[in-house]
Amino acid sequence: MSAAPLLLSVRAVEAFYGPVRALGGVSLDVFEGEIVTLIGANGAGKSTLLMTICGNPAAAAGTILFDGADITAEATHRIVRRGIAQSPEGRRIFPHMTVIENLLIGTTAAATDGVEDDLARVFDLFPVLKERTHQRGGTLSGGEQQMLAIARALMGRPRLLLLDEPSLGLAPIVVRRIFGVIGELNRAQGMTIFLVEQNAYHALALAHRGYVLANGEIVMQGTGAGLLADERIRAAYLEGGIA
Amino acid sequence: MAYFLQQFVNGLTLGAVYGLIAIGYTMVYGIIGMINFAHGEIYMIGAFIAMIAFAVLGVAGVASVPMALIVVLLLAIVFTAAYGWTVERLAYRPLRGSFRLAPLISAIGMSIFLQNYVQLLQGARVKAMGPLFRGGFVLMEDEGFRVTLSYLQLFIIVLTVALMAGFTLLIQRTALGRAQRACEQDQKMAALCGINVDRTISLTFVLGAGLAAVAGLMSTLYYGVIDFFIGFLVGLKAFTAAVLGGIGSLPGAMLGGVLIGLIEAFWAAYFDAAYKDVAAFSILILVLIFRPTGLLGRPQVEKV
Repeated sequence: MSAAPLLLSVRAVEAFYGPVRALGGVSLDVFEGEIVTLIGANGAGKSTLLMTICGNPAAAAGTILFDGADITAEATHRIVRRGIAQSPEGRRIFPHMTVIENLLIGTTAAATDGVEDDLARVFDLFPVLKERTHQRGGTLSGGEQQMLAIARALMGRPRLLLLDEPSLGLAPIVVRRIFGVIGELNRAQGMTIFLVEQNAYHALALAHRGYVLANGEIVMQGTGAGLLADERIRAAYLEGGIA
Repeated sequence: MAYFLQQFVNGLTLGAVYGLIAIGYTMVYGIIGMINFAHGEIYMIGAFIAMIAFAVLGVAGVASVPMALIVVLLLAIVFTAAYGWTVERLAYRPLRGSFRLAPLISAIGMSIFLQNYVQLLQGARVKAMGPLFRGGFVLMEDEGFRVTLSYLQLFIIVLTVALMAGFTLLIQRTALGRAQRACEQDQKMAALCGINVDRTISLTFVLGAGLAAVAGLMSTLYYGVIDFFIGFLVGLKAFTAAVLGGIGSLPGAMLGGVLIGLIEAFWAAYFDAAYKDVAAFSILILVLIFRPTGLLGRPQVEKV
């Protein structure tokens, strides 16, 4: 894996929400073609890290490199246009827009041609979205909203896909479907994915490598399978959590 | 009946002007959640630019009325939009992320500044212009009372309908309109989709100011007199129209504009013309008490 070029490099990044330090010097790498997961308890700073990569809040210290370029202090929309798309915490579907409009908003970061092909591709991944094309985003079920959030991110033709807790609050069968699609995206299209999860079992089973975040710091790292087998991980993150 | 019809025509014309201005209030409220109290002054500046442009064209010897109208319309839109953009850039953008009242207070300050700015540059005296259009259609005649739809009224109503239709298409169908609505619903997510939120907000001000410029041109033609203070009352009424229709709602602003125009015209016709403003603002109070979301507004609680 490490023969692949480095796509995202986070170095000693700190971030604050007001006076609260949410990230205390986080360093991690994502290589092209990998699925990397970040697991950790609620409030560990996982979502903050994803948002900091996208410049909101901007890192207070440290550097973030994407494809070799320093994006630490760039505006969010510029970072996104470089090829980082995010399906954020809480999905954040535009509730008063239809499914198709939500998807078209996602194309903002991409070139304008080939939108039809992109739409065909995401409808292929998530057929249910095609049935809901003209339904308003706010009326979709949680699972459908999650699929729409991932599809919307894909419409920007990202080189790096950031996924924030895609399994949160969903039925086990839907979770399996979504994780299936994430794996397929990576295998079939070579999509690089950085996946943040509380559902450590699914995430580690899928990922090539993983990091463990606690209190805003990386406390462990390793291959997905290695972390899954680790006693400390089992005790802290997997007890009773196998869904 | 004839008298009623005539008042309806007059009210509709007035309502068209209010509606165009109300769109500016409602869109800015929709996207950044503030009442742009300087918007009435933007309309006033549009009226002044229109009158100055007419004067310049007159001196230049342009005799064709349609030609003059088109040129003045474009000039008014471009220059007024530039004012709208500048106001946002100077008075509101630096305060983004500040406490909620800050931009509101800044807007009131901007409103006072623009009034005095125009008063200094153009003088406090009323500016007058001769009528550009004469005549009209007689719609019906009843016991010697002629109901007329003047060419100017027709021009105002047709142009307003065309602009509102075009504007609705712009918001509903284009990428710019989608970006605008996305910023309205969730700015953070809009940025995560690659939308330049600041630029979209700027464009909202530019579009609102452009429509206000058209309204300014219309009232310059319709009333023939303007001064630096006209933006205050008309701005308040257009704001009332936006609230009546449901602030944040585009069709609401249009409907509210027409309703306020009609209420004012009918009140002046059947009751006391001196109290027509009271009628318009009583509506504002009643709406705020009984239906704070307005006629077409959506309820505030939406995220469960």
